Amino acid sequence: MRLSPGPQRRGPEQDLPRGAASTWLRVHGRLLASGFRRGAAYRGAALGGLVANVTFGFLKVSVLTAAVAAGGGELGGYDEAAIIAYAWLSQALLGSVNLFGRTDLADRIKDGSVAVDLLRPLDVQTATTAQEVGRALFQLLPRGLPIIVLGVLVGGMRLPTDPATLALGLLSALLAVLLSFLLVYLVAATGFWTVETRGVQVLYMIVSGFLAGLFVPVTLFPQWLYALALATPFPSLLQVPIDVISGRVDGAAALGVVGVQVAWVAAVFAVGHLMTRAGRRRLEVQGG
Amino acid sequence: MTTASSASGTTAIEVAGLTRRFRVRSRGFARKEVTAVDGLTLTVGAGESVGYIGANGAGKSTTIKMLAGILVPSAGTVRTCGLEPVRQRRELARRLGVVFGQRSQLWWDLPLAESYRILAAVHSLSPQRERERTAELVERLELGEFLATPVRQLSLGQRMRGEVAAALLHSPALLVLDEPTIGLDVLSKQRLREFLLAERAAHGTTLLLTTHDMGDVSRLCERVLLVDRGRLAYDGSLAGLSKTVGARRVLVVDLAAPAPDLLGVPHAEHLGSEGGGLRQRLAFDDAATTAAAVLSAVSERVEVRDLSVEEPDVEDVVRRIYAAGGR
Repeated sequence: MRLSPGPQRRGPEQDLPRGAASTWLRVHGRLLASGFRRGAAYRGAALGGLVANVTFGFLKVSVLTAAVAAGGGELGGYDEAAIIAYAWLSQALLGSVNLFGRTDLADRIKDGSVAVDLLRPLDVQTATTAQEVGRALFQLLPRGLPIIVLGVLVGGMRLPTDPATLALGLLSALLAVLLSFLLVYLVAATGFWTVETRGVQVLYMIVSGFLAGLFVPVTLFPQWLYALALATPFPSLLQVPIDVISGRVDGAAALGVVGVQVAWVAAVFAVGHLMTRAGRRRLEVQGG
Repeated sequence: MTTASSASGTTAIEVAGLTRRFRVRSRGFARKEVTAVDGLTLTVGAGESVGYIGANGAGKSTTIKMLAGILVPSAGTVRTCGLEPVRQRRELARRLGVVFGQRSQLWWDLPLAESYRILAAVHSLSPQRERERTAELVERLELGEFLATPVRQLSLGQRMRGEVAAALLHSPALLVLDEPTIGLDVLSKQRLREFLLAERAAHGTTLLLTTHDMGDVSRLCERVLLVDRGRLAYDGSLAGLSKTVGARRVLVVDLAAPAPDLLGVPHAEHLGSEGGGLRQRLAFDDAATTAAAVLSAVSERVEVRDLSVEEPDVEDVVRRIYAAGGR
């Protein structure tokens, strides 16, 4: 990022250095905060989401613990405590990690409102992602945290108390949220070519949830499917943050899987960047 | 005064041979090519105030999207504020403000004031500049009462004032308004027009506006560009356009008692009567007389209970241009 030179590029009304990293952070910080507040505007919907996540949490716990019991108290390295933690943590992340593929941007491309986004001196990819991530982070308050508290108090979940593990777990969860929105951005960006993206969204929803480990941990997959999953970014959305938070993966191994998350964030961001550049020239804004 | 315009010389918009074709599905899998903008050439100087008019589907919005760098032209060249819109979209966005009457640039779920905070950051306004400019726009567009209201709860008139403020927050050199008064009541239209006149007087902003309302054009624009089927059909003053096509305003009077047709009013033509002469319509030419003069001539003959003035609309003007064999 380059500092913009000279008075010619800076009007008197815009006296913050435009190309500077600090300005970039200020803009995207405010976009993130606006997304967070948008999330807060719909508390009723958040409450509905909480009820749904908790209900399915209890179902998931009963199914998975029964499977562990049938396996003689251990299944693919998971004992009862570990599988309970897996079930509750995956439900807690579900409100913030986008596994559904739906975004505002897809709708905005379809109805032409994306024209307004293009009227701003912003990169569409970073501006969109900042707002969506902000909205998802809000969901941690009414949905993520209550489910973790509930899991610990009622569900019999135990979490590590070591601050370093928890800090790395939090980082891993944030990376998962960011990665999911960079991925669904790709889904929406196909709309630059096709306008309608519902088919791609449904495909993403089916594939991402399964390969992320929403239903069963990825590590329980048969070998070939496990290898396939690891070749995709999806395990970084749930399996990895759950492993790191619960302490099932720790030490150098934990740093390693978080490193893989960072690599996926960079790669998916790069793909989105290229798609935006190519797709913008294909865009045919709909309607008046 | 506006650095962006002085930096790019005296031309706000420069368009040559601008063309945009769309492929649309016609029947089944067959595709048909439609030319929305067809070899358009025009120049708008910095500080000008131009009405860009034409019927629905004439290519107005398509032109605006190409001017703003949202849509890539099929052929021809565009320079807006001295920049190439598609390649320099983000740089242009700092010099250009656009209001789409049909689309919102405000954050729907958040209080109105929040949109201005976000946009100030987006345009890298300094905290001081943000405070001053927001305060100025809030006062002049009278937004104070509903700054804390979520945008989705605003009335159309309130929201449009909010939209205009959002487009002007970064003090653009060029303001483009696409149907800014659509759906507004008479009072809201009037307030918006007054504000735009004051804004131009204070900052020398170049104005390009598309509208179906000839009232917008006659009050705001010094120059009219009429586009039809993607081509420029007229470029000149509004008075010249009215002279060419004879676009007239119509005085509608409701009388206290039925009266015979009001014939022979100076500079006015009786168009018709309803209700046995209770309501009568008289067309007149702004260049020759005024609504007040026509009304007073009518009042000398009959008792008027109520009245209204109908503005010629753009469709009417376009129709007349063709009826007169204007091109």
